[in-house]
Amino acid sequence: MNSKTPNGSVAWRSFRMATWLGWKIESNWTDPFLFTVYSIVKPLAAAMILVVMYGVISQGQFGSPVFAYLFIGNAFYQYVGMVMVGVSWAIVDDREHYRTLKYLYVSPISIPFYLLGRGVSRIIITTFSVFIIMLVGVLYLKIPFDPAKIDWVLLIISVIIGIIMLAMLGLLLAGVTLRMAQYSFNIGDSVAGALYLFSGAIFPLQVLPTFLRPIGYIMPISYWLELIRRALVGGVAAAFPTFSNFSNSDLMLILIGLTIFFGFVSVWAWRKFDWQARERGLIDQTNNY
Amino acid sequence: MAMMLPPIKNRQTGWRLFLMTVIGRSYPRVVGMQRELSWIFFDTFLPMLGVVAYVFVYRAIKAPEDYVGFVVVGGAMMAYWMNVLWSMSSQLYWEKETGNLALYIISPGPMMGILLGMAMGGLFATTLRALGIVILGSLFFQVHYVIVSFWQLFLVFFLTMVALYGLGMMTASLYLLLSREAYHLSNLAQEPIFLISGFYFPIKSFPAWVPFVGSIIPLTMGMDAMRQLAFASGPSLGWISVKLELIGLVVLSVLFLVSARVLLDYMERLAVREGRLTESRA
Repeated sequence: MNSKTPNGSVAWRSFRMATWLGWKIESNWTDPFLFTVYSIVKPLAAAMILVVMYGVISQGQFGSPVFAYLFIGNAFYQYVGMVMVGVSWAIVDDREHYRTLKYLYVSPISIPFYLLGRGVSRIIITTFSVFIIMLVGVLYLKIPFDPAKIDWVLLIISVIIGIIMLAMLGLLLAGVTLRMAQYSFNIGDSVAGALYLFSGAIFPLQVLPTFLRPIGYIMPISYWLELIRRALVGGVAAAFPTFSNFSNSDLMLILIGLTIFFGFVSVWAWRKFDWQARERGLIDQTNNY
Repeated sequence: MAMMLPPIKNRQTGWRLFLMTVIGRSYPRVVGMQRELSWIFFDTFLPMLGVVAYVFVYRAIKAPEDYVGFVVVGGAMMAYWMNVLWSMSSQLYWEKETGNLALYIISPGPMMGILLGMAMGGLFATTLRALGIVILGSLFFQVHYVIVSFWQLFLVFFLTMVALYGLGMMTASLYLLLSREAYHLSNLAQEPIFLISGFYFPIKSFPAWVPFVGSIIPLTMGMDAMRQLAFASGPSLGWISVKLELIGLVVLSVLFLVSARVLLDYMERLAVREGRLTESRA
């Protein structure tokens, strides 16, 4: 690494170039129109599965708070899969597919900031698809959504903190991925799938068996989704018993506290796993799966 | 000095060569996939997470208990769809990426035999995983099955698998021409297919044209028929009669297998002519 380059500059440059690279990898396999359709159809279909499930049972009573709960939770959960898994998937992509990870390690960049940058393109794509899903929910499915009643400050702050939290969890996952050369392909999807189950994204945590609920309570994603629901549909979300004893400020403090905690854990874990991967020669290990 | 290989005494041709090719290509899937224990875990665990999440959604909205069974069966069938999507359709693309495809073409083994071997090996390996999902899901959530006819149920399952893996063989040849977009296409064929094929709910819930269009995926009629034959409320929630669905599955099986044969020949020739068999556009 060029010793004359300040660390902050290296970090910013790594982040910026990785963002550009990530965008190219995500989007330039087809023309812009097809890419737009692709970005919308997949998440919208996932949302529609829940819509149909709910509609079949409730005979189309989409005005119910339960529906708003699961629809909004599912829409914003797209960020979890895309950002968290996106950051960690860069390790698999660069090590197994493009086989460039070892070259990145010997180039003058900051690897953690490079990985975080690779997740940015997915944030942009996800924001677009979440917007479309919410628009469909409001226009066609009677989500009780009044722009004048939205707590915009709470929404924007929650989304920003949530994305930082998810990026840090992605870094933690990237460390694990780096260390587990042979079993790394499914780690991200497994974690995202488990969090979908335990974070109360599509059903209140009360529905889970009692012994499983604590997992949901220690996950920052549970508080993040609750804050977003409260910011968007206010009283509707507060009607559910899971976090009814917590005010918005309580939830925000818990979210910030857990984000800082998981942030420290992620940085510590990344450094540890990164060192172990170098020590054991895993940086350029491929398995051709 | 290079070591000489022993001369081949029994040179196989015709059906014997075809059969050997099928066995040779299915071997890594039947045996190899069981050696990688993490794959068995993830292939069972990942669909189970979706199954459990959707079961809890139905519990949260107080759905009738049969819907829990629909989700469990849908989760098991999802394992087959994922196998067809990622290990059949995309397989020749992966083989191209790793340099094996050219070796397949060079070898005397027929490509149809290679595809059939992939299908049979994949079907066996996936059945083990699907069984795991059904057994675990049924035990966890106490699913109550009311089987109307075991024979019909088996026949529906068999025809669904023939048609489904026939579809996989057919699309594998189309993927011969694809590069990086193959991954994205397979990725796109997940949630939208889960939706229009009714993996988690009766397909009758849609307007009639949706299941009609969705029937191009054999799982649509297959799952609908299986639900009618395995659950008490199944017949009342079925889209069309089991008999019609059986006929539909036979038609799809023949259509996909014949198309696979024709398309494979055509696409192979096209790929050779355009020099795409060994390209790797990462």
